[in-house]
Amino acid sequence: MNETVKTATLAPVVEARGIRKSFGHVQALRGVEFEARAGEVTALIGDNGAGKSSLVKVLSGVYTADEGELLIDGKPVHPGSPQDVRAYGIETVYQDLALAGDLTPYENVFMGRELRRSGALGKLGVVDRGRMRERTAEVFDDLNVRIKDHKGRVAALSGGQQQSVAIARAAMWASHLVMMDEPTAALGVAQTKSVLELIRKVADSGIGVILISHNMTDVLEVADSIQVLRLGARVATFRRGEATIADLVKEMTSGQSTEVTS
Amino acid sequence: MTLIRNDRSVGDTIAKGTGAAGVGAPRVLRAVLGRPSTGMLVILLLILVLFSALRPDTFLGTYNFRSIALAAAVIGVAAIGQTFVLTTGGIDLSVGSVLVFGTVVSAKVMGAMGGASAGWGAVGAGVAVCIVASAFWGLVNGLIITYLRVPALIATLGTLGMAIGAAQIISDGLDIRSVPSVMTNKIGYQNIAGVPVLVLIALVVAAVAGLVLWQTVYGIRTKAIGSNPEGALRSGVPVRRHLISIYVVSGALAGVAGAMSLAQFSTTTIAGHTGDNLTTIAGAVLGGTSLFGGVATIFGTMIGILVPVTLQSGFVILGVEPFWQTFAVGAVLVAAVFMDQVRRGTQNRR
Repeated sequence: MNETVKTATLAPVVEARGIRKSFGHVQALRGVEFEARAGEVTALIGDNGAGKSSLVKVLSGVYTADEGELLIDGKPVHPGSPQDVRAYGIETVYQDLALAGDLTPYENVFMGRELRRSGALGKLGVVDRGRMRERTAEVFDDLNVRIKDHKGRVAALSGGQQQSVAIARAAMWASHLVMMDEPTAALGVAQTKSVLELIRKVADSGIGVILISHNMTDVLEVADSIQVLRLGARVATFRRGEATIADLVKEMTSGQSTEVTS
Repeated sequence: MTLIRNDRSVGDTIAKGTGAAGVGAPRVLRAVLGRPSTGMLVILLLILVLFSALRPDTFLGTYNFRSIALAAAVIGVAAIGQTFVLTTGGIDLSVGSVLVFGTVVSAKVMGAMGGASAGWGAVGAGVAVCIVASAFWGLVNGLIITYLRVPALIATLGTLGMAIGAAQIISDGLDIRSVPSVMTNKIGYQNIAGVPVLVLIALVVAAVAGLVLWQTVYGIRTKAIGSNPEGALRSGVPVRRHLISIYVVSGALAGVAGAMSLAQFSTTTIAGHTGDNLTTIAGAVLGGTSLFGGVATIFGTMIGILVPVTLQSGFVILGVEPFWQTFAVGAVLVAAVFMDQVRRGTQNRR
């Protein structure tokens, strides 16, 4: 549609083609087209019920599409579970923080993928805290995430810092794509700003980012591509700088004038 | 979320509410309560000083300290299992009944293998049977909680009834005394370098459990599940399998405690364990384990369990009616949970 020549040469890291998904008589997705490119923040917006969360759940392996094709790095894939999707190098940051508050930042980063010591101790399940702390510090450094207390509980951190830990964790494990569902919904202004900077940094590191957000200001600030869903289908795609808030709202709400008529 | 526990948010809300009240407490009190193990040592010392002042001749004797240590060793091993369960945000009310079931089946087996005059072979079989029979109830608990999605409180309340009922059916409700004398003499009464063997066993179990909780994948995942079960699941932790194993561990450790109890008393004690759930939970929570999951140390539990055990011993020496012991442990449990909430209030900034 509105895509420039430069980005068109980059193959999408994740691509959805003609995805359909119904629940009983409700058609949540009616042939959605969607693509996200490496090194870019792709915003996915739409009104409530437009199919955003259904599409994300298909992309993250929670739902299986009734029809359509899912391509990762140009190759068709058929994930049957969230574990399958993670194996493709796709990580999801959930809206409600999926961190364990009583654990330290590095224990959270390695949760479910703990590093063990080498040799017999590792076979007995003994963890290598030193190596986990080092790796975490490196990733936090790269992404400019500053945590005061690396050995303290995550619950003692501010909401913005907690979300930063969650995003850094996803970025560390994702080789292809990080999906973020309303990552700034619970945050204040200053914290939102630093999380948006972090999102930008994650994309700049070369992996793709899908950002689901209700906040048009955030979306316009950080997204390279904005794809609008309405009634289970994509109705518009904008590149950075092409759209205003009014344009986005217009596309989200039936394509008519944004003025409210009674 | 419903898979594991429905009452978390309610508990957290209550915890936060009380925590806000706790902020008003004097700074010194908060500082002491804020460090579970040291705070507990202070309280334990106060209890010791009080009983010593009231009955210096009997309370301070070697005999009394030995009996406190033995009682703490047996119940302490069960409290270690309880600690793992509480760390996941669960609870095991069935420990005492499961312990009794293990001892009854074990005593039956040892009786069939020669009873009082039987040798080490019978002891080995009896100990193994005691642990396996108790671990079986832990497996039942774990399966009910994870697959039938019955909350741990109700699931283990149910098996509490089933296990004690089954024990009474097997034994006709009468204690079985067919414990090999070699078990009583060489394990129950024996000392090594002045330390009772039962206490050494408890210390070894505690050391292993402490290392597991502190330094292993298993320990970190146990805390992760107690902290945020949904988050742990999303991060790829096999939550269901882990929870089942936790209840099996709790059952197995109740079995170890049962075998120790058989060695100590050379008989089953069917009526003697109704308060074990209360005592183990109180010990763990006093030692800094959070009733809301995610936080625990085995060292804390070993100190914490000394409080109800010392209280019971002191009450016996003072000649207080035994009913008051149960009353006191109940009160201690409530106080311990209150302190847990004050602690959480001081630690969680948000």
